[in-house]
Amino acid sequence: MEFQRHDAPFFTPRTDVASIMRQVLYALIPAVLAHVWFFGPGILFNLIIAALFCLAGEAAMMKIRRRPVQAALADYSAMVTAAIIAFALPSLTPWWVTATASLFGIVVAKHLYGGLGFNVFNPAMAGYVVVLIAFPMDLNLWTAPRMGDIDYQYPTLLETIRYTLTGVLPSDLGFDAVSRATPLDQVKSGLSNMRTFDEIHNNPMMGHFGGRGWEWVSNFVALGGIWLLLKKIIRWQIPLGVLAGLLIPSGFLYWVDAGVHASPGFYLFSGATMLCAFFVATDPVSAATSPKGRLIYGFGIGFMIYAVRRWGSYADGVAFAVLLMNLATPAIDYLTRPRIVGHRKLEKWRQE
Amino acid sequence: MTDLILILVGTVLVNNFVLVRFLGLCPFMGVSRNLEAAFGMSLATAFVLTLSSAASYLLHQYVLVPLELGYLRTISFILVIAVSVQFTEIMVRRLSPLLDQVLGIFIPLIATNCAVLGVALLNVQQAKGFVQSVFYGFGAAMGFALVIVLFAAIRERIDAADVPRPFRGTAIALMTAGMMSLAFMGFSGMARP
Repeated sequence: MEFQRHDAPFFTPRTDVASIMRQVLYALIPAVLAHVWFFGPGILFNLIIAALFCLAGEAAMMKIRRRPVQAALADYSAMVTAAIIAFALPSLTPWWVTATASLFGIVVAKHLYGGLGFNVFNPAMAGYVVVLIAFPMDLNLWTAPRMGDIDYQYPTLLETIRYTLTGVLPSDLGFDAVSRATPLDQVKSGLSNMRTFDEIHNNPMMGHFGGRGWEWVSNFVALGGIWLLLKKIIRWQIPLGVLAGLLIPSGFLYWVDAGVHASPGFYLFSGATMLCAFFVATDPVSAATSPKGRLIYGFGIGFMIYAVRRWGSYADGVAFAVLLMNLATPAIDYLTRPRIVGHRKLEKWRQE
Repeated sequence: MTDLILILVGTVLVNNFVLVRFLGLCPFMGVSRNLEAAFGMSLATAFVLTLSSAASYLLHQYVLVPLELGYLRTISFILVIAVSVQFTEIMVRRLSPLLDQVLGIFIPLIATNCAVLGVALLNVQQAKGFVQSVFYGFGAAMGFALVIVLFAAIRERIDAADVPRPFRGTAIALMTAGMMSLAFMGFSGMARP
Protein backbone atom coordinates (compact mmCIF):
# COMPACT_ATOMS: atom_id res chain seq x y z
CA MET A 1 0.00 0.00 0.00
CA GLU A 2 1.33 3.36 -0.93
CA PHE A 3 1.08 6.33 1.37
CA GLN A 4 1.10 9.75 -0.17
CA ARG A 5 3.64 12.00 1.41
CA HIS A 6 2.61 15.51 2.35
CA ASP A 7 5.15 18.18 3.03
CA ALA A 8 4.55 21.37 4.94
CA PRO A 9 2.75 23.70 4.44
CA PHE A 10 -0.29 21.50 4.69
CA PHE A 11 -2.78 24.19 3.89
CA THR A 12 -1.83 26.10 0.79
CA PRO A 13 -3.84 29.27 0.46
CA ARG A 14 -5.28 29.61 -3.01
CA THR A 15 -4.14 32.94 -4.31
CA ASP A 16 -4.34 32.45 -8.04
CA VAL A 17 -5.97 35.13 -10.16
CA ALA A 18 -9.07 33.06 -10.89
CA SER A 19 -10.01 32.47 -7.25
CA ILE A 20 -9.47 36.12 -6.34
CA MET A 21 -11.55 37.34 -9.26
CA ARG A 22 -14.26 34.81 -8.47
CA GLN A 23 -14.52 36.03 -4.89
CA VAL A 24 -14.74 39.62 -6.11
CA LEU A 25 -17.68 38.53 -8.26
CA TYR A 26 -19.34 36.74 -5.31
CA ALA A 27 -18.94 39.90 -3.22
CA LEU A 28 -20.99 41.83 -5.77
CA ILE A 29 -23.99 39.46 -5.71
CA PRO A 30 -25.89 41.12 -2.82
CA ALA A 31 -25.45 44.51 -4.47
CA VAL A 32 -26.77 43.15 -7.79
CA LEU A 33 -29.85 41.81 -6.01
CA ALA A 34 -30.43 45.17 -4.31
CA HIS A 35 -29.98 46.89 -7.68
CA VAL A 36 -32.60 44.60 -9.25
CA TRP A 37 -35.02 45.28 -6.38
CA PHE A 38 -34.71 49.07 -6.58
CA PHE A 39 -33.99 49.75 -10.26
CA GLY A 40 -35.54 46.82 -12.10
CA PRO A 41 -33.96 43.86 -13.89
CA GLY A 42 -32.00 46.03 -16.37
CA ILE A 43 -28.65 45.45 -14.67
CA LEU A 44 -28.96 41.71 -15.34
CA PHE A 45 -29.17 42.30 -19.08
CA ASN A 46 -26.29 44.80 -18.89
CA LEU A 47 -24.34 42.14 -17.08
CA ILE A 48 -25.06 39.50 -19.72
CA ILE A 49 -24.19 41.79 -22.63
CA ALA A 50 -21.08 43.17 -20.96
CA ALA A 51 -19.90 39.67 -20.06
CA LEU A 52 -20.53 38.48 -23.60
CA PHE A 53 -18.55 41.28 -25.22
CA CYS A 54 -15.78 41.32 -22.61
CA LEU A 55 -15.20 37.58 -23.01
CA ALA A 56 -15.44 37.82 -26.81
CA GLY A 57 -12.98 40.73 -26.86
CA GLU A 58 -10.61 38.89 -24.55
CA ALA A 59 -10.78 35.70 -26.61
CA ALA A 60 -10.31 37.54 -29.91
CA MET A 61 -7.32 39.51 -28.63
CA MET A 62 -5.69 36.41 -27.17
CA LYS A 63 -6.20 34.60 -30.44
CA ILE A 64 -4.76 37.46 -32.51
CA ARG A 65 -1.77 37.71 -30.16
CA ARG A 66 -1.36 33.91 -30.40
CA ARG A 67 -1.67 33.38 -26.65
CA PRO A 68 -3.61 30.64 -24.85
CA VAL A 69 -7.26 31.68 -25.10
CA GLN A 70 -8.59 29.20 -22.58
CA ALA A 71 -6.35 30.39 -19.74
CA ALA A 72 -7.31 34.03 -20.23
CA LEU A 73 -11.03 33.28 -20.21
CA ALA A 74 -10.72 31.06 -17.15
CA ASP A 75 -9.14 33.74 -14.93
CA TYR A 76 -12.42 35.67 -14.60
CA SER A 77 -10.69 39.04 -14.90
CA ALA A 78 -12.80 39.94 -17.95
CA MET A 79 -15.90 39.00 -15.94
CA VAL A 80 -14.95 41.45 -13.18
CA THR A 81 -14.51 44.18 -15.79
CA ALA A 82 -17.93 43.28 -17.20
CA ALA A 83 -19.55 43.39 -13.75
CA ILE A 84 -18.13 46.82 -12.97
CA ILE A 85 -19.22 48.17 -16.37
CA ALA A 86 -22.73 46.78 -15.77
CA PHE A 87 -22.83 48.55 -12.41
CA ALA A 88 -21.61 51.82 -13.85
CA LEU A 89 -24.21 51.99 -16.63
CA PRO A 90 -27.86 52.95 -16.01
CA SER A 91 -30.16 49.96 -15.69
CA LEU A 92 -31.85 50.87 -18.98
CA THR A 93 -29.01 50.93 -21.48
CA PRO A 94 -29.16 49.92 -25.16
CA TRP A 95 -26.85 47.01 -25.93
CA TRP A 96 -24.52 48.91 -28.24
CA VAL A 97 -23.52 51.28 -25.44
CA THR A 98 -22.63 48.37 -23.16
CA ALA A 99 -20.81 46.66 -26.02
CA THR A 100 -18.75 49.77 -26.84
CA ALA A 101 -17.72 50.17 -23.21
CA SER A 102 -16.81 46.50 -22.88
CA LEU A 103 -14.85 46.28 -26.12
CA PHE A 104 -12.97 49.52 -25.53
CA GLY A 105 -12.14 48.48 -22.00
CA ILE A 106 -10.90 45.01 -22.90
CA VAL A 107 -9.34 45.59 -26.31
CA VAL A 108 -7.83 49.05 -26.02
CA ALA A 109 -7.32 49.70 -22.32
CA LYS A 110 -6.26 46.16 -21.43
CA HIS A 111 -4.86 44.16 -24.34
CA LEU A 112 -3.12 46.87 -26.35
CA TYR A 113 -1.19 47.65 -23.17
CA GLY A 114 -0.15 44.03 -22.85
CA GLY A 115 -3.09 42.36 -21.16
CA LEU A 116 -3.68 41.40 -17.54
CA GLY A 117 -0.95 42.75 -15.31
CA PHE A 118 0.21 45.54 -17.63
CA ASN A 119 -2.80 47.78 -18.12
CA VAL A 120 -2.03 51.33 -17.01
CA PHE A 121 -5.69 52.33 -16.90
CA ASN A 122 -8.54 50.51 -15.25
CA PRO A 123 -10.29 48.83 -18.22
CA ALA A 124 -13.83 49.17 -16.86
CA MET A 125 -13.46 52.87 -16.10
CA ALA A 126 -11.75 53.58 -19.43
CA GLY A 127 -14.66 51.92 -21.25
CA TYR A 128 -17.18 53.78 -19.14
CA VAL A 129 -15.58 57.19 -19.76
CA VAL A 130 -15.58 56.55 -23.51
CA VAL A 131 -19.31 55.84 -23.59
CA LEU A 132 -19.98 58.68 -21.14
CA ILE A 133 -18.45 61.07 -23.68
CA ALA A 134 -19.71 59.28 -26.81
CA PHE A 135 -23.30 58.56 -25.67
CA PRO A 136 -24.07 61.24 -23.05
CA MET A 137 -27.81 61.01 -23.76
CA ASP A 138 -28.10 57.28 -23.02
CA LEU A 139 -26.05 57.55 -19.85
CA ASN A 140 -28.30 60.22 -18.39
CA LEU A 141 -31.44 58.09 -18.30
CA TRP A 142 -31.46 56.55 -14.86
CA THR A 143 -34.65 54.75 -13.92
CA ALA A 144 -36.42 55.92 -10.80
CA PRO A 145 -35.88 53.78 -7.71
CA ARG A 146 -38.78 51.71 -6.43
CA MET A 147 -40.67 53.74 -3.83
CA GLY A 148 -44.06 53.72 -2.18
CA ASP A 149 -45.13 57.33 -2.04
CA ILE A 150 -44.59 58.67 -5.55
CA ASP A 151 -46.68 57.53 -8.45
CA TYR A 152 -44.11 56.17 -10.80
CA GLN A 153 -44.12 53.69 -13.65
CA TYR A 154 -41.49 51.15 -14.40
CA PRO A 155 -40.92 49.02 -17.46
CA THR A 156 -41.77 45.34 -17.20
CA LEU A 157 -39.26 42.57 -17.83
CA LEU A 158 -40.22 42.27 -21.50
CA GLU A 159 -40.12 46.02 -22.02
CA THR A 160 -36.68 46.16 -20.42
CA ILE A 161 -35.42 43.46 -22.77
CA ARG A 162 -36.93 45.25 -25.72
CA TYR A 163 -35.32 48.54 -24.73
CA THR A 164 -31.96 46.90 -24.20
CA LEU A 165 -32.10 45.35 -27.68
CA THR A 166 -33.64 48.19 -29.68
CA GLY A 167 -33.29 51.38 -27.64
CA VAL A 168 -37.01 52.09 -27.96
CA LEU A 169 -39.47 52.33 -25.09
CA PRO A 170 -43.12 51.26 -25.62
CA SER A 171 -45.22 54.13 -26.91
CA ASP A 172 -47.28 54.52 -23.72
CA LEU A 173 -44.16 54.79 -21.56
CA GLY A 174 -42.07 57.93 -22.03
CA PHE A 175 -38.64 58.55 -20.55
CA ASP A 176 -40.24 61.16 -18.31
CA ALA A 177 -42.32 58.44 -16.72
CA VAL A 178 -39.56 55.93 -16.02
CA SER A 179 -36.48 58.05 -15.42
CA ARG A 180 -35.64 60.52 -12.70
CA ALA A 181 -32.78 62.88 -12.02
CA THR A 182 -30.36 61.00 -9.80
CA PRO A 183 -29.80 62.39 -6.29
CA LEU A 184 -26.35 63.62 -7.35
CA ASP A 185 -27.90 65.48 -10.28
CA GLN A 186 -30.59 66.97 -8.08
CA VAL A 187 -28.15 68.18 -5.48
CA LYS A 188 -25.80 69.62 -8.09
CA SER A 189 -28.49 71.53 -9.97
CA GLY A 190 -30.27 72.52 -6.74
CA LEU A 191 -27.13 73.95 -5.18
CA SER A 192 -26.29 75.88 -8.33
CA ASN A 193 -29.83 77.31 -8.28
CA MET A 194 -29.16 78.80 -4.83
CA ARG A 195 -31.26 76.30 -2.93
CA THR A 196 -29.94 75.07 0.40
CA PHE A 197 -28.96 71.46 0.88
CA ASP A 198 -31.69 70.90 3.51
CA GLU A 199 -34.31 72.15 1.08
CA ILE A 200 -33.15 69.76 -1.64
CA HIS A 201 -32.83 66.92 0.83
CA ASN A 202 -36.47 67.18 1.97
CA ASN A 203 -37.57 65.32 -1.14
CA PRO A 204 -38.56 61.71 -0.29
CA MET A 205 -36.41 60.64 -3.26
CA MET A 206 -33.35 61.67 -1.31
CA GLY A 207 -33.83 58.93 1.28
CA HIS A 208 -31.87 59.13 4.52
CA PHE A 209 -28.36 59.70 3.23
CA GLY A 210 -27.62 59.14 -0.40
CA GLY A 211 -31.01 58.88 -2.07
CA ARG A 212 -33.60 56.13 -1.92
CA GLY A 213 -32.39 52.94 -3.51
CA TRP A 214 -28.90 54.33 -4.04
CA GLU A 215 -28.01 54.18 -0.38
CA TRP A 216 -29.12 50.55 -0.12
CA VAL A 217 -27.17 49.51 -3.19
CA SER A 218 -24.19 51.34 -1.68
CA ASN A 219 -24.67 49.53 1.63
CA PHE A 220 -24.64 46.14 -0.05
CA VAL A 221 -21.61 47.07 -2.15
CA ALA A 222 -19.84 48.14 1.05
CA LEU A 223 -20.87 44.87 2.69
CA GLY A 224 -19.29 42.93 -0.16
CA GLY A 225 -16.23 45.14 0.11
CA ILE A 226 -15.86 44.49 3.83
CA TRP A 227 -16.11 40.78 3.11
CA LEU A 228 -13.27 41.14 0.62
CA LEU A 229 -11.28 43.03 3.26
CA LEU A 230 -11.85 40.24 5.79
CA LYS A 231 -10.81 37.66 3.20
CA LYS A 232 -7.66 39.79 2.64
CA ILE A 233 -8.33 40.00 -1.09
CA ILE A 234 -8.12 43.78 -0.97
CA ARG A 235 -6.08 45.76 1.51
CA TRP A 236 -7.38 48.55 3.67
CA GLN A 237 -5.20 51.40 2.40
CA ILE A 238 -7.07 52.22 -0.81
CA PRO A 239 -10.66 52.05 0.54
CA LEU A 240 -9.63 54.13 3.56
CA GLY A 241 -7.84 56.60 1.31
CA VAL A 242 -10.83 56.99 -1.02
CA LEU A 243 -13.32 57.47 1.82
CA ALA A 244 -11.02 59.89 3.66
CA GLY A 245 -10.31 61.82 0.47
CA LEU A 246 -14.03 62.29 0.01
CA LEU A 247 -14.99 62.85 3.67
CA ILE A 248 -12.31 65.37 4.67
CA PRO A 249 -13.04 68.09 2.08
CA SER A 250 -16.80 67.51 2.08
CA GLY A 251 -16.94 67.38 5.89
CA PHE A 252 -14.85 70.52 6.23
CA LEU A 253 -16.91 72.55 3.75
CA TYR A 254 -20.17 71.25 5.25
CA TRP A 255 -18.91 72.30 8.68
CA VAL A 256 -18.03 75.77 7.35
CA ASP A 257 -21.37 76.33 5.64
CA ALA A 258 -24.02 73.63 5.77
CA GLY A 259 -26.33 75.56 3.44
CA VAL A 260 -24.36 75.65 0.23
CA HIS A 261 -22.52 72.34 0.55
CA ALA A 262 -24.00 68.84 0.58
CA SER A 263 -23.39 66.68 3.64
CA PRO A 264 -20.51 64.19 3.66
CA GLY A 265 -23.01 61.41 4.40
CA PHE A 266 -24.81 62.18 1.18
CA TYR A 267 -21.64 61.97 -0.90
CA LEU A 268 -20.61 58.77 0.87
CA PHE A 269 -23.79 56.83 0.12
CA SER A 270 -24.78 58.13 -3.30
CA GLY A 271 -23.45 57.44 -6.75
CA ALA A 272 -20.60 54.99 -7.04
CA THR A 273 -18.52 56.01 -4.00
CA MET A 274 -18.65 52.60 -2.35
CA LEU A 275 -18.20 50.70 -5.61
CA CYS A 276 -15.14 52.83 -6.30
CA ALA A 277 -13.65 52.49 -2.82
CA PHE A 278 -13.93 48.70 -2.62
CA PHE A 279 -14.09 47.36 -6.18
CA VAL A 280 -12.73 49.83 -8.73
CA ALA A 281 -9.88 51.67 -7.06
CA THR A 282 -8.58 48.45 -5.52
CA ASP A 283 -7.74 46.94 -8.92
CA PRO A 284 -4.24 45.67 -8.10
CA VAL A 285 -2.83 46.29 -11.57
CA SER A 286 -3.60 49.95 -12.14
CA ALA A 287 -3.24 51.03 -8.48
CA ALA A 288 -0.07 52.13 -6.73
CA THR A 289 1.99 49.36 -5.14
CA SER A 290 3.54 50.45 -1.85
CA PRO A 291 1.28 50.90 1.22
CA LYS A 292 2.05 54.62 1.38
CA GLY A 293 1.51 54.95 -2.36
CA ARG A 294 -1.87 53.22 -2.02
CA LEU A 295 -2.96 55.69 0.64
CA ILE A 296 -1.96 58.61 -1.57
CA TYR A 297 -3.61 57.00 -4.59
CA GLY A 298 -6.87 56.38 -2.72
CA PHE A 299 -6.89 59.84 -1.19
CA GLY A 300 -6.38 61.40 -4.61
CA ILE A 301 -9.31 59.45 -6.02
CA GLY A 302 -11.57 60.45 -3.14
CA PHE A 303 -10.62 64.08 -3.44
CA MET A 304 -11.12 64.08 -7.23
CA ILE A 305 -14.55 62.47 -6.81
CA TYR A 306 -15.50 65.30 -4.50
CA ALA A 307 -14.04 67.95 -6.81
CA VAL A 308 -15.93 66.67 -9.87
CA ARG A 309 -19.20 66.29 -7.96
CA ARG A 310 -18.94 69.69 -6.37
CA TRP A 311 -17.32 71.87 -9.03
CA GLY A 312 -17.20 69.88 -12.25
CA SER A 313 -19.83 69.58 -14.94
CA TYR A 314 -20.35 65.81 -14.58
CA ALA A 315 -22.71 64.44 -11.94
CA ASP A 316 -20.40 61.73 -10.69
CA GLY A 317 -16.64 61.79 -10.94
CA VAL A 318 -15.63 58.26 -10.03
CA ALA A 319 -14.49 57.19 -13.50
CA PHE A 320 -12.53 60.40 -14.12
CA ALA A 321 -11.01 60.27 -10.64
CA VAL A 322 -9.85 56.70 -11.15
CA LEU A 323 -8.37 57.42 -14.60
CA LEU A 324 -6.64 60.56 -13.33
CA MET A 325 -5.01 58.71 -10.47
CA ASN A 326 -4.19 55.80 -12.81
CA LEU A 327 -2.14 58.16 -14.90
CA ALA A 328 -0.42 59.42 -11.77
CA THR A 329 0.28 55.89 -10.52
CA PRO A 330 3.71 55.41 -12.18
CA ALA A 331 4.82 58.74 -10.73
CA ILE A 332 3.43 57.86 -7.28
CA ASP A 333 5.24 54.53 -7.38
CA TYR A 334 8.43 56.29 -8.40
CA LEU A 335 8.18 58.71 -5.48
CA THR A 336 7.09 56.22 -2.81
CA ARG A 337 9.54 53.42 -3.43
CA PRO A 338 9.91 51.72 -0.05
CA ARG A 339 13.35 51.78 1.54
CA ILE A 340 15.31 48.60 1.02
CA VAL A 341 16.05 46.69 4.22
CA GLY A 342 19.55 47.51 5.42
CA HIS A 343 19.84 50.39 2.99
CA ARG A 344 20.54 52.98 5.68
CA LYS A 345 23.41 50.92 7.05
CA LEU A 346 24.83 50.62 3.56
CA GLU A 347 24.67 54.39 3.08
CA LYS A 348 26.44 54.93 6.40
CA TRP A 349 29.07 52.40 5.50
CA ARG A 350 29.63 54.10 2.16
CA GLN A 351 30.04 57.48 3.80
CA GLU A 352 32.64 56.11 6.16
CA MET B 1 -5.93 87.11 -5.76
CA THR B 2 -8.82 84.74 -6.46
CA ASP B 3 -8.65 85.36 -10.19
CA LEU B 4 -4.94 84.57 -10.22
CA ILE B 5 -5.58 81.23 -8.46
CA LEU B 6 -8.38 80.53 -10.92
CA ILE B 7 -6.03 81.27 -13.81
CA LEU B 8 -3.52 78.81 -12.36
CA VAL B 9 -6.09 76.03 -11.78
CA GLY B 10 -7.64 76.76 -15.16
CA THR B 11 -4.39 76.51 -17.12
CA VAL B 12 -2.86 73.63 -15.18
CA LEU B 13 -5.90 71.35 -15.02
CA VAL B 14 -9.10 72.49 -16.73
CA ASN B 15 -7.69 73.90 -19.97
CA ASN B 16 -4.40 72.06 -19.89
CA PHE B 17 -2.40 73.21 -22.90
CA VAL B 18 -1.34 69.73 -23.94
CA LEU B 19 -4.34 67.55 -23.13
CA VAL B 20 -7.25 69.91 -23.68
CA ARG B 21 -5.98 72.54 -26.12
CA PHE B 22 -3.59 70.10 -27.90
CA LEU B 23 -0.73 72.59 -28.04
CA GLY B 24 2.90 71.67 -27.50
CA LEU B 25 2.45 68.10 -28.57
CA CYS B 26 5.86 67.80 -30.25
CA PRO B 27 7.98 68.08 -27.09
CA PHE B 28 5.25 66.16 -25.23
CA MET B 29 5.78 63.16 -27.51
CA GLY B 30 9.46 63.76 -28.23
CA VAL B 31 11.03 64.41 -24.85
CA SER B 32 8.97 62.06 -22.69
CA ARG B 33 11.01 58.91 -23.16
CA ASN B 34 12.57 59.13 -19.75
CA LEU B 35 11.68 60.92 -16.58
CA GLU B 36 14.80 63.05 -16.13
CA ALA B 37 14.70 64.47 -19.65
CA ALA B 38 11.01 65.29 -19.21
CA PHE B 39 11.74 67.03 -15.94
CA GLY B 40 14.53 69.09 -17.46
CA MET B 41 12.41 70.02 -20.46
CA SER B 42 9.55 71.15 -18.28
CA LEU B 43 11.85 73.33 -16.13
CA ALA B 44 13.32 75.04 -19.20
CA THR B 45 9.88 75.49 -20.75
CA ALA B 46 8.54 77.00 -17.54
CA PHE B 47 11.27 79.63 -17.54
CA VAL B 48 10.91 80.52 -21.22
CA LEU B 49 7.11 80.54 -21.18
CA THR B 50 6.89 82.91 -18.23
CA LEU B 51 9.56 85.18 -19.69
CA SER B 52 8.11 85.24 -23.21
CA SER B 53 4.54 85.83 -22.08
CA ALA B 54 5.71 88.86 -20.11
CA ALA B 55 7.86 90.13 -23.01
CA SER B 56 5.20 89.62 -25.65
CA TYR B 57 2.63 91.38 -23.46
CA LEU B 58 4.92 94.40 -23.11
CA LEU B 59 5.70 94.40 -26.84
CA HIS B 60 2.04 94.24 -27.77
CA GLN B 61 0.90 96.82 -25.24
CA TYR B 62 3.62 99.43 -25.74
CA VAL B 63 4.76 98.94 -29.34
CA LEU B 64 2.18 97.22 -31.50
CA VAL B 65 -0.96 98.88 -30.12
CA PRO B 66 0.33 102.52 -30.15
CA LEU B 67 1.74 102.09 -33.67
CA GLU B 68 -1.39 100.22 -34.83
CA LEU B 69 0.70 97.31 -36.01
CA GLY B 70 -1.66 94.58 -34.78
CA TYR B 71 -1.25 92.61 -37.99
CA LEU B 72 2.43 92.04 -37.16
CA ARG B 73 1.46 90.26 -33.98
CA THR B 74 2.30 86.69 -34.96
CA ILE B 75 5.65 87.40 -36.54
CA SER B 76 6.79 89.75 -33.80
CA PHE B 77 5.82 87.23 -31.12
CA ILE B 78 7.84 84.57 -32.88
CA LEU B 79 10.77 86.96 -32.78
CA VAL B 80 10.25 87.62 -29.06
CA ILE B 81 10.10 83.89 -28.35
CA ALA B 82 13.25 83.18 -30.34
CA VAL B 83 15.06 85.98 -28.51
CA SER B 84 13.96 84.82 -25.08
CA VAL B 85 14.99 81.27 -25.90
CA GLN B 86 18.43 82.51 -26.98
CA PHE B 87 18.64 84.69 -23.89
CA THR B 88 17.80 81.72 -21.66
CA GLU B 89 20.39 79.59 -23.38
CA ILE B 90 23.15 82.16 -22.97
CA MET B 91 22.20 82.89 -19.35
CA VAL B 92 22.12 79.24 -18.42
CA ARG B 93 25.47 78.61 -20.05
CA ARG B 94 27.09 81.55 -18.28
CA LEU B 95 25.54 81.17 -14.85
CA SER B 96 25.33 77.44 -14.32
CA PRO B 97 27.33 74.97 -16.39
CA LEU B 98 25.65 72.18 -14.42
CA LEU B 99 22.17 73.26 -15.47
CA ASP B 100 23.46 73.75 -18.99
CA GLN B 101 24.57 70.14 -19.02
CA VAL B 102 21.12 68.99 -17.94
CA LEU B 103 19.00 71.33 -20.06
CA GLY B 104 21.43 72.20 -22.84
CA ILE B 105 19.89 70.31 -25.74
CA PHE B 106 16.31 71.07 -24.75
CA ILE B 107 16.49 74.83 -24.72
CA PRO B 108 16.61 75.43 -28.51
CA LEU B 109 13.71 72.96 -28.85
CA ILE B 110 11.46 75.30 -26.89
CA ALA B 111 11.48 77.83 -29.72
CA THR B 112 9.43 75.34 -31.74
CA ASN B 113 6.99 74.58 -28.92
CA CYS B 114 3.69 75.92 -30.22
CA ALA B 115 2.33 76.25 -26.67
CA VAL B 116 4.69 79.20 -26.18
CA LEU B 117 3.28 81.09 -29.16
CA GLY B 118 -0.21 79.92 -28.20
CA VAL B 119 0.07 81.45 -24.74
CA ALA B 120 1.30 84.77 -26.14
CA LEU B 121 -1.51 84.96 -28.70
CA LEU B 122 -4.21 83.85 -26.26
CA ASN B 123 -3.06 86.48 -23.77
CA VAL B 124 -3.60 89.21 -26.32
CA GLN B 125 -6.86 87.71 -27.56
CA GLN B 126 -8.34 87.56 -24.08
CA ALA B 127 -7.11 91.09 -23.26
CA LYS B 128 -5.44 90.19 -20.01
CA GLY B 129 -3.42 92.52 -17.82
CA PHE B 130 0.33 92.19 -17.24
CA VAL B 131 0.14 90.15 -14.02
CA GLN B 132 -2.58 87.90 -15.43
CA SER B 133 -0.54 87.34 -18.60
CA VAL B 134 2.50 86.28 -16.59
CA PHE B 135 0.39 83.96 -14.45
CA TYR B 136 -1.25 82.52 -17.56
CA GLY B 137 2.16 81.73 -19.01
CA PHE B 138 3.39 80.29 -15.74
CA GLY B 139 0.22 78.19 -15.32
CA ALA B 140 0.50 76.89 -18.88
CA ALA B 141 4.10 75.88 -18.16
CA MET B 142 3.10 74.16 -14.92
CA GLY B 143 0.36 72.27 -16.74
CA PHE B 144 2.85 71.23 -19.40
CA ALA B 145 5.32 70.14 -16.72
CA LEU B 146 2.74 68.14 -14.77
CA VAL B 147 1.49 66.30 -17.82
CA ILE B 148 4.87 65.57 -19.41
CA VAL B 149 6.33 64.24 -16.14
CA LEU B 150 3.33 61.95 -15.54
CA PHE B 151 3.47 60.86 -19.18
CA ALA B 152 7.17 60.08 -19.01
CA ALA B 153 6.60 57.95 -15.90
CA ILE B 154 3.83 56.06 -17.71
CA ARG B 155 6.01 55.55 -20.79
CA GLU B 156 8.80 54.10 -18.71
CA ARG B 157 6.32 51.60 -17.36
CA ILE B 158 4.89 50.81 -20.81
CA ASP B 159 8.38 50.17 -22.15
CA ALA B 160 8.57 47.20 -19.79
CA ALA B 161 5.08 45.95 -20.70
CA ASP B 162 4.16 43.20 -23.09
CA VAL B 163 2.60 45.51 -25.69
CA PRO B 164 1.60 43.87 -29.02
CA ARG B 165 4.32 44.57 -31.54
CA PRO B 166 2.40 46.85 -33.96
CA PHE B 167 1.57 49.16 -31.05
CA ARG B 168 5.01 49.48 -29.46
CA GLY B 169 6.69 52.86 -29.21
CA THR B 170 4.94 55.91 -30.57
CA ALA B 171 1.60 54.19 -31.27
CA ILE B 172 0.93 53.19 -27.68
CA ALA B 173 2.32 56.54 -26.49
CA LEU B 174 -0.17 58.42 -28.66
CA MET B 175 -2.98 56.22 -27.38
CA THR B 176 -1.88 56.88 -23.82
CA ALA B 177 -1.93 60.59 -24.53
CA GLY B 178 -5.51 60.14 -25.76
CA MET B 179 -6.47 58.30 -22.59
CA MET B 180 -4.92 61.05 -20.49
CA SER B 181 -6.94 63.53 -22.46
CA LEU B 182 -10.10 61.52 -21.71
CA ALA B 183 -9.25 61.58 -18.02
CA PHE B 184 -8.72 65.33 -18.12
CA MET B 185 -12.29 65.75 -19.46
CA GLY B 186 -13.28 65.21 -15.83
CA PHE B 187 -12.01 68.69 -14.99
CA SER B 188 -14.46 70.32 -17.39
CA GLY B 189 -16.62 72.94 -15.75
CA MET B 190 -14.22 73.66 -12.88
CA ALA B 191 -12.54 76.97 -12.09
CA ARG B 192 -15.16 79.14 -13.71
CA PRO B 193 -14.80 82.67 -12.35
